[in-house]
Amino acid sequence: MDYATLLQVLASTLRLATPLLLACLAGLYSERSGIFDIGLEGKMLMAAMASGAIAAMTGSAWIGLAAGIGASLLLAALHGVASITFRGNQLISGVALNFVASGATVLIAQALFQQGGRTPPLTGAARFEPLALPFVDTLKGVPLFGPFYAQVLSGHSILVYLALAAVPASWWLLYRTRFGLRLRAVGENPESVDTAGVSVIRLRYTAVALTGVLCGVAGAYMATALQAGFGREMTAGRGYIALAALIFAKWRPWSALWATLLFGFLQALALRPDVIEGTLHMKIPVSFLDALPYILTVIVLAGFVGRAIPPRAGGEPYVKER
Amino acid sequence: MAPAQETGRQATAAPAIELRGISKAFGPVQANKDISIRVMPGTIHGIIGENGAGKSTLMSILYGFYKADAGEILIHGREAKITDSQAAIRAGIGMVFQHFKLVQNFTVLENVILGAEEGALLRPSLAKARRELKRLAEEYELEVDPDALVEELSVGHQQRVEILKALYRQADILILDEPTGVLTPAEADHLFRILANLRMQGKTILLITHKLREIMEITDTVSVMRRGEMTATVTTAGTSPEELAELMVGRKVLLHVPKAPANPGRTVLEIRDLRLRDATGVERIKGIDLTIRAGEILGIAGVAGNGQSELLEVLGGFAAATGSVRMNGEEIDLTGRHSDGQTRRARGIAHVPEDRHHLGLILDFSAWENIAFGYHNAPEYQKNALLMDNAAIIADTEGKIERFDVRPPNAFLPAKSFSGGNQQKIVLAREIERNPDLLLVGQPTRGVDIGAIEFIHKRIVELRDAGKAVLLVSVELDEIMSLADRIAVMFDGRIMGERLPADTNERELGLLMAGVADSAETAA
Repeated sequence: MDYATLLQVLASTLRLATPLLLACLAGLYSERSGIFDIGLEGKMLMAAMASGAIAAMTGSAWIGLAAGIGASLLLAALHGVASITFRGNQLISGVALNFVASGATVLIAQALFQQGGRTPPLTGAARFEPLALPFVDTLKGVPLFGPFYAQVLSGHSILVYLALAAVPASWWLLYRTRFGLRLRAVGENPESVDTAGVSVIRLRYTAVALTGVLCGVAGAYMATALQAGFGREMTAGRGYIALAALIFAKWRPWSALWATLLFGFLQALALRPDVIEGTLHMKIPVSFLDALPYILTVIVLAGFVGRAIPPRAGGEPYVKER
Repeated sequence: MAPAQETGRQATAAPAIELRGISKAFGPVQANKDISIRVMPGTIHGIIGENGAGKSTLMSILYGFYKADAGEILIHGREAKITDSQAAIRAGIGMVFQHFKLVQNFTVLENVILGAEEGALLRPSLAKARRELKRLAEEYELEVDPDALVEELSVGHQQRVEILKALYRQADILILDEPTGVLTPAEADHLFRILANLRMQGKTILLITHKLREIMEITDTVSVMRRGEMTATVTTAGTSPEELAELMVGRKVLLHVPKAPANPGRTVLEIRDLRLRDATGVERIKGIDLTIRAGEILGIAGVAGNGQSELLEVLGGFAAATGSVRMNGEEIDLTGRHSDGQTRRARGIAHVPEDRHHLGLILDFSAWENIAFGYHNAPEYQKNALLMDNAAIIADTEGKIERFDVRPPNAFLPAKSFSGGNQQKIVLAREIERNPDLLLVGQPTRGVDIGAIEFIHKRIVELRDAGKAVLLVSVELDEIMSLADRIAVMFDGRIMGERLPADTNERELGLLMAGVADSAETAA
């Protein structure tokens, strides 16, 4: 593979990794607070539909983004009420919300637009357009880095850069602030937080809301930046891949970036069977390439990649013992 | 906080804590009935009582976990509304729970500041806590490495972190709930030195325990609770363990079961070079040699987690090990492939497991079903080749309930409805009445009331007198000292030494339990 092709694959890696990264960080907040969230998928899907629909109606990608975040927050709130207030089973609540999202998105889109469950194709300001980073021209002459800067780093939508910025921001929030300390504590031992006089319930709702916001951005990115409009089941299991990446990353922000880039790279490869064939000198079925990220997901979830210790209180509703 | 402290120092007339007529009911159960108590500042006040006497409920009310149905709380003479933990902390109350409320993968500093941070950013809070911890360490012998992860600390040090947490929040009233349950004797001594220091600095300490010895050793006054009521408050100097036990139980209790000297006979169990690796590859038992003879009780002393549980699991037939174990002269299978509870029972080994809730009983099943477990294939429990004879099991259970004084005497009640002591009697009845050659018994009196302890100890001694061998594993040194005919101390998967109860003392055993090597191997 030559350098130009590599750059193409890497650029596409970054684009494809973005929704995974956003969803992975979303899951990080919820799970660090002790609330397992298998419903990342559903939230993304709902956000994709809402942002696609509203962007099509208003012609503004930004209003679409807000609508996506709102829709995702709604599902997050339901998950919060079920699993925090009513101490329900977090897996069941998540799965139920995924089903709801899967059905409701198509239903609503069909009712609004009568286009077979899709939203209308988005153009112009209804989509997030690629941005050119500064100094692209200045750096053009620099060997290797110049083209890398121009083709891989530059030329993505604002949401890609937002997702990348969310990594150090999450790290800082988690490890350098009072909120982060309490968030990490409540997922490990909620009793320690409760006996210190801090509300477990409020912390967990805050975390679940952050999850909702990030899933909303992820879904909006799918419908208004990566593609031009919502299509049925367009998230295609990315919520689950993000969960696998989260485990792979051992619930840490920087590791989440590397893990999701790896998954994004596999997805990018599946789009370029010609590159694979050229490099390996053998034909690999496209369906196998398509399956690669999912196969890696299974491997990660089965625990083959090191020992990942989840937050100790994860999945357990908090009940005051005495 | 400052004004409260001043009143505490000057007006010694005002109690640091005064409870007036506290009552609390959970449904039909009256956990606390009209409890009044006065704790003077700068004293250590013990609260003693059996399980379920209402001690923990009372402390939870004081710490804001529960709201009392009636009554009032006065802190330093002023009425305090303690609605939640935050209010308790504001009133200067700190609590050290029996099960620590620490975040295992946080550092000591992070645990100390959690919930008491100075601002939205951590850095200044951490710096302040570091200075403060240094000061507290010097003042109270509370040294802990502030940067150590809690999960890497010993239990004794984790407890210090809990005390530091309370002091960092400016607590001047400290409640400790069963603080020595998890400590070695040396750690407990250190804790008592810390508590004495705290008292000297004018702090008030409430010590909740069921251990009479601790009450006698450290407290100034002691209140006794029984069945939700405060039955007496006495000065420690003017009472005795026997009197306190009687106040707790409501009748005279023998604190030490009288027993004749052992009359050991033939060798029943012989263990040679026993080794066990757990699933993570860590060696938990590192070459043990032990011999138990008929008619003797061998006590295994040690702090929890030093391989005693694994030893019981191997002998009980549900963990694989290497080495050699001979029962009545015949080798038993240690590979774990051909062994389970059944095959062990067939060889004359009965097992009263440490964790009766998980291994000894199925809590949702009735007493009679639990009596059948493990012996469900016994011929007298079968009606024919296909069906069990439930009536026979129920009749047998009713006999056992009577002989072991299980209360309430109801074979149909689920196991979880019995108190800890009565649950243990059900397990003991099941195992002892099968007349085993060897009884393995782990923590026989954990979570068991004083009255039931007396009964259980008597039964174990009776079994020994009937010429059976008993292997007793207990973290309660008192229990080992009073029951065992021979004591082996385990530390880090090894036997540190064997002693005869008459030739040793708690100090020596405590050193062995802490892993201090056996310098003078005298008695054996």
